[in-house]
Amino acid sequence: MTVYIGSGAGFAGDRLDAGIPVVETLKKKNGPRYLIFEVMGERTLAIAQRIKMRKPEMGYSPYLEPYLRNVLKSAKENNVTIVANLGNANPLGGAKRTHELAKELGVKGLRVAVVLGDDLLAFMAADEIANLPTVEGVSIDGKEIVAANAYLGARPVAEALKLGVDVVLVGRTTDAALVLGPLIHEYGWGPEDWDLLAQGTLAGHLLECGGQVTGGYFCDPGFKDVPGLDQLGFPIGEIEADGTLTITKADDTGGMVTRATVIEQMLYEVHDPSAYLTPDVQLDVTGVTLTEDGKDRIRVVGAKGSSPPETLKVTVSADGGWLGESEMIYAGPNALARARLAADVVRSRVKSHGVTEPVRIEITGTGATYDNDASERERAKNMPMDGEYRLRAAIRTADKATAQYVNDEVLSLFCSGPAGGGGYRCNVTGQVNTASVLVPRGPVEAQARAEEVAP
Amino acid sequence: MSDLITLPLHAVAHGRTGDKGNRSNISLIPYVAEAFPHLLEQVTEARVLDLFRHKGATDVTRYELPNLPAMNFVIDNALEGGVNSSLNQDLHGKTLSFMLLGEIEVTVPRSCIPAGSRYL
Repeated sequence: MTVYIGSGAGFAGDRLDAGIPVVETLKKKNGPRYLIFEVMGERTLAIAQRIKMRKPEMGYSPYLEPYLRNVLKSAKENNVTIVANLGNANPLGGAKRTHELAKELGVKGLRVAVVLGDDLLAFMAADEIANLPTVEGVSIDGKEIVAANAYLGARPVAEALKLGVDVVLVGRTTDAALVLGPLIHEYGWGPEDWDLLAQGTLAGHLLECGGQVTGGYFCDPGFKDVPGLDQLGFPIGEIEADGTLTITKADDTGGMVTRATVIEQMLYEVHDPSAYLTPDVQLDVTGVTLTEDGKDRIRVVGAKGSSPPETLKVTVSADGGWLGESEMIYAGPNALARARLAADVVRSRVKSHGVTEPVRIEITGTGATYDNDASERERAKNMPMDGEYRLRAAIRTADKATAQYVNDEVLSLFCSGPAGGGGYRCNVTGQVNTASVLVPRGPVEAQARAEEVAP
Repeated sequence: MSDLITLPLHAVAHGRTGDKGNRSNISLIPYVAEAFPHLLEQVTEARVLDLFRHKGATDVTRYELPNLPAMNFVIDNALEGGVNSSLNQDLHGKTLSFMLLGEIEVTVPRSCIPAGSRYL
């Protein structure tokens, strides 16, 4: 037997139609087949929690409907089970919406399950959460906690699949759990089958970012060429009972699967490659070998596993104030001198206004992205004065008005600044601060559960 | 040794950046496996730290995966606070892999550069 798991999205904002050729390919396969959608970021969850506070039926992913609309009918008709973190802050609400969508699309007899228990605020006091040890991110001490969700592992996902449903909607699990869950369900891998769990987790890690393993976010023209990025084929993992994994992609699509595309994704967001921590297994990829097995097929073996940590990672979110950003472009002869003068004018105005927060005023085109807040590298460089340079100001503030004030100073350059500025753009956006904290796994895992949601 | 050539890393290797909090990881993967020992010798933790120090980087750890071959740099405090507090337009530091590839030079045998490279 081979289990086939395809990806339909690797982040909230991924192509809405990418899942269609994946389902078309999966339906030709002889074996259990799954389609995953990974659309949760640390910040999306906090935003969804806020929405849920205002409207208790909402708080599932705003992408639930656009992604599922394209594949729900064909997936159901072809026994492709969907596993997705489209539940976000409200998997139950997402399940209800999925049933409504099924009705609208004429999908008969759809069964949906959810995984619950990742929301710490449902069973822990906020001050208890605030006292958990922080491993990453800013201190959320003294701020109101908007969301606190633990990364659950693959076991509850497997439990949900055991209910025999067509769609599993989860909130915060590890991304890899969307893939490892189906594998545990199909192959009955035990909690101490470390190397199998490691292969399954690696499969999840390679598939979770969608097209990033099939040539998306890889192409560097003339150096790493990728065919057909406009019709990038999303990945499909083929996994055997012994954990052997083959990464390939949807038929009749662009993109490619090579050793190089797989290596880049394998190390993506990994720190120590011998100790990638998940709730299911500690993954070691240092012994992994990748071999070509035909066009767009890479066989991946050799992941090693060992027992996971006694704690779970929790993302805690609090209000992060406001980010103001504003830009003005200068082009043509002496553009850099005019952009630099504009920057000096804004600096001086902001300073005399008494803004105390750091304001970054930089010039895109001078290497600003690689520079720091003080533009130290730009000052050291000898840039051509003629060209196209974009002034940018950025500030983070607790109050919206100060962020808007800095934007207004850039806007006022139109009539009061150097000659020839144009193309003003600005925005002020609400921010979420996050921290990663650790929680003992026992009490949290006792809350994790799967349940079917009736239409 | 006339076949040695000094070029930006971009001629020899590729990579991708990831972020977690204020920590960045950049993978470095040679196009030609023969280049790997040269990269190990020349692309040191100290050189990478020097490159990112102006952004606040405090420490670099290099992990080696000789059987791929590839290496992975983990750079602490390289992201000006990361998505929580950075004022950089690239909050995640997604562009930093190309900073590494563009600004660090290595000296390698010509055979380490893929055939047809525009650098040759």
